[in-house]
Amino acid sequence: MRRSSHLLICGLAAGLAACATPLVSERPAAVTGQDLNEITSVLKRDFKARGIATMARVELDTLQQQCNLHRDSPPAELAAKLEAEQMKSIPFPSGSLIGDWKRGERIAQNGRGSMWSDQAGEPAGGSCYNCHQLSPGEASFGTLGPSLLRFGKLRGASPEIQKYAYGRIYNSKAYNACSQMPRLGHAGTLSEQQIKDLVALLLDPDSPVNK
Amino acid sequence: MRRRSRHAALWLTAAFALAGAHAVAQDAKKEIQKYQSMITEGSPVELFELEGEVLWKKKQGPKTASLEQCDLGQGPGVLKGAYAQLPRYFKDADRVMDLETRLLHCMMTLQGRSRDEATKRVFGNEDRLSEMESLSAYIAAQSRGVAMAPGASHDKERGVFELGKRLFFHRAGAWDFSCASCHSEEGKRIRMQDLPILNTPAAARPVVATWPAYRVSNSQFKTMQWRINDCYRQMRMPEPVFGSEASVALNLFLTVTGQGEIYRGPGTKR
Amino acid sequence: MSGPMKIRATAKDGVADIRVLMSHPMETGQRKDADGKVIPPHFIQNVTVKLNGRTVAEGQISQAVSRNPVFSFRAKGGKPGDKVEISWLDTKGETNKAETVIA
Repeated sequence: MRRSSHLLICGLAAGLAACATPLVSERPAAVTGQDLNEITSVLKRDFKARGIATMARVELDTLQQQCNLHRDSPPAELAAKLEAEQMKSIPFPSGSLIGDWKRGERIAQNGRGSMWSDQAGEPAGGSCYNCHQLSPGEASFGTLGPSLLRFGKLRGASPEIQKYAYGRIYNSKAYNACSQMPRLGHAGTLSEQQIKDLVALLLDPDSPVNK
Repeated sequence: MRRRSRHAALWLTAAFALAGAHAVAQDAKKEIQKYQSMITEGSPVELFELEGEVLWKKKQGPKTASLEQCDLGQGPGVLKGAYAQLPRYFKDADRVMDLETRLLHCMMTLQGRSRDEATKRVFGNEDRLSEMESLSAYIAAQSRGVAMAPGASHDKERGVFELGKRLFFHRAGAWDFSCASCHSEEGKRIRMQDLPILNTPAAARPVVATWPAYRVSNSQFKTMQWRINDCYRQMRMPEPVFGSEASVALNLFLTVTGQGEIYRGPGTKR
Repeated sequence: MSGPMKIRATAKDGVADIRVLMSHPMETGQRKDADGKVIPPHFIQNVTVKLNGRTVAEGQISQAVSRNPVFSFRAKGGKPGDKVEISWLDTKGETNKAETVIA
């Protein structure tokens, strides 16, 4: 039905259920602090802790709050502030950040970790192939994130690049405030050594990623 | 004259290249369609519908009653088209319910069973379906050929829809995920699984028309309550309570977005 | 563990079109459980199809066939009203059978 004739009929017959404004599935134009409080209350009421997935996870930290409020597009100044805060919280190890790329490939393939179906204390994976292309021999890769093929070949493996790669994996929000990439170090999913092994996968010239 | 013919050559080359790329993409798509019709042909879903029918008629619980008087929205015991018109508002419970929430309600009120007992094993495995899964298969099958028309006019339905929409975009949990993190961008996939943009009718329609579904890869029959539950598990969130308003809200949001599609389930998927 | 079995049978021009869905784990004996122990094999080995009491097909199948198998085949000489009976025997000696009338 054309929108104009629809409105006309609705105007003449106000109150009929059929004339209620149609429900739209587009992303809400605005999100308020009150909206977030209401949703968090619903989550507290309707979810339950299981295994290692505790109810603390429904509490929003400052970053999540701001990204929710700004629909993942915070203004530049706020984004910079959020990124700086996240960067400050990254415990960069000293010395070389490059581990073992063979272990890194296994970590990248592993999709387990931080779910209620995982055992506490068991080593997790990075789920990297869920979203990224890495080794050219692996055809089963996702496209949610950019391809990381030839990552090290294109950038070298200087201390700056090592730090960049480490930081991106530990806490991607330090580089892009509302990135969809999980904060794998910050969330406690990956250990320092595991992240170093992933850095090796990305930067080691012998890694298949760089062949 | 020369410039025109060079441009013509360029256009022709581009057209052939596009046709070539298009042909390759079409081939892949055809193969996937062939695969999907093959797995549907050999699907054991009918067996699960039979099991569900037995459970629908089975006298159970302290009241030794069957579910045959359960009102799924079209009147007590009316199954034709019932699934296609869920989720919806139910006056007797004064809340919006999806199929599984409503079945739980009937198990508790008609059969006198406790929530704990009725939800002890809501999700089954490859050896044995849960009661909810078998019942869902049977009831959903009675909506084959019916257009999806969930409740979208009652105040509570609209409120629950809005809640579902907000939940869809709400980032939380250890990995900062919302449903939209995976389901809102064109042409994305996780590993080799294409990700539909679930808040658009084009993507939501085939989804709502084919759940609940048999999963060939693990021989399990799964429902929408399971699908939402398992998404939240992978989103590194705590667990949704079975039949909770949050879970119904997301189901309603998805079904309203996909309304109008002719139901062709229960489905068979990879 | 005999789950339900369903047969669908129609006939046209003297040929019956039969489709049977069977419920069976069809365990290959290659899988391991959560504790790492091998799950013993348990699968259908023999399938017998009878038309009006007469055996028209006898098959030996193996663990290569997947869980909850579906078989479809044609039988010459079938017509509406004929009785179809399908039975199976598995590696544990368990059996199941179902029958239907050709539509």
